[in-house]
Amino acid sequence: MSKRTVLSSDDIRRAITRISHEILEQNRGVENLLLLGIPTRGIQLATRIAQVIKEHSATEVSVGSLDVTMYRDDLSDQPTRVVGITNIPTSGVSGKAVVLVDDVLFSGRTIRAALDALNDHGRPAAVRLAVLVDRGHRQLPIRADYVGKNLPTALTERISVKLQEVDGVDEVVIED
Amino acid sequence: MKNLLSASDLSKPQIIEVLDLAHEMSDVNEREIKKLPTLRGKTVVNLFFEDSTRTRISFELAAKRLSADVINFAAKGSSVSKGESLKDTAQTLEAMGADAIVLRHGSSGSAHRLAHSGWVRSAVINAGDGSHEHPTQALLDAMTIRQALVKKPIGADLSGKKVLIVGDISHSRVARSNLILLKALGATVATCGPATLVPRSLEPSGGIFYSLDKAIDDFAPDAVLMLRIQSERMEASFFPTEREYSRVWGMNGERLSRLAGSSIVLHPGPMNRGLEIDAASADSSKSRILDQVQNGVAVRMAVLFHLLAGDKGEKR
Repeated sequence: MSKRTVLSSDDIRRAITRISHEILEQNRGVENLLLLGIPTRGIQLATRIAQVIKEHSATEVSVGSLDVTMYRDDLSDQPTRVVGITNIPTSGVSGKAVVLVDDVLFSGRTIRAALDALNDHGRPAAVRLAVLVDRGHRQLPIRADYVGKNLPTALTERISVKLQEVDGVDEVVIED
Repeated sequence: MKNLLSASDLSKPQIIEVLDLAHEMSDVNEREIKKLPTLRGKTVVNLFFEDSTRTRISFELAAKRLSADVINFAAKGSSVSKGESLKDTAQTLEAMGADAIVLRHGSSGSAHRLAHSGWVRSAVINAGDGSHEHPTQALLDAMTIRQALVKKPIGADLSGKKVLIVGDISHSRVARSNLILLKALGATVATCGPATLVPRSLEPSGGIFYSLDKAIDDFAPDAVLMLRIQSERMEASFFPTEREYSRVWGMNGERLSRLAGSSIVLHPGPMNRGLEIDAASADSSKSRILDQVQNGVAVRMAVLFHLLAGDKGEKR
């Protein structure tokens, strides 16, 4: 099994900074913005994006988390999954410009589940998607609006995103 | 995990996982759309041979919140009154496509029999079998105690907490399941009641008390679980009169005031107001009886999720 690091801690930091600026640019400021991280590592990424936005526009942006386990389409084919935490700010999602944040975009099924989950919480004005890594192999017509890095991969390869807050180190590794 | 027959089916990490998930599930109650698509296309049968209001409604609501189809079967007014056996009834329901059977039955061990004699392939959840066990009640009691007494409930157990169970321990499935589950979570449990109704064989870690006053003073419980006097399961007279029972073992305003400020009172319902608990304590700020009902739905959603969501993955 070979292992190689494709993104270093500096690469991740630069990607998050760029995504944050793109979000601000497209949204024309922080008004109405709501960042929702998808557990587990989407939460930390959303928090970091909010941090960068705060540094540059001196405004707090709302951050929350959205667990999609109960909305997955593969629940009965796999052993029971652990359900993560859903934490939507009290102002809700209705009328907000929601940015979903996840670590890796792969088949697109997690995002499909996230869109369904979001639907049950209210009606956002717009939903966009930010991911740190897009590895291709989509099975649904879904694309990301903000991408940290496009990584063409083989199906046999595994991508693992490691973040300081969870894994003690910032890096993205490909294993096969 | 395929069935939930006894509180002892669950290891400590599994109990905590179910309670954490139930905690998440209780948020669904607060949402605009109180429904999750998780168990779409699954069928849950409530097979109730004994009368029940809250357990049946709670299971029904939990299954519906997870988008499962629910069939309610009450023995009264069904072919059971024509003499159909548990086996035939259960097999008939399974032939109609039941994925889970929630069983409430008057005979101890009936849920185990249904799950292990090869009659049905569906998951079996024990919703009370005679005077044996009622695991989901113990889970919701543990969740209520944890919510009220532990500052950061997620991931926490109940170590260091003292729980007093008062009343008819002998006939109570709620007490039996609670003794197992609360012990697994690290709580110290004591029992209290008339000597005729408190078996010594259970050996609770906090000891046995024969007077509620003494238990409150000596044991200083953090949570007091009052049990219902089950007149339907009593064949003999275990205590002289109801008035005497309520005087010595009933919860009242005076006893409530001797409990520590943060202590709570629970009752699995239905309450005999004026017998084991008086109106003043049932409606007091220490009472968590309505929280128990609310947590019941969340706990049953968590249990149904655990038993049904990953069923093909575990290769039953």
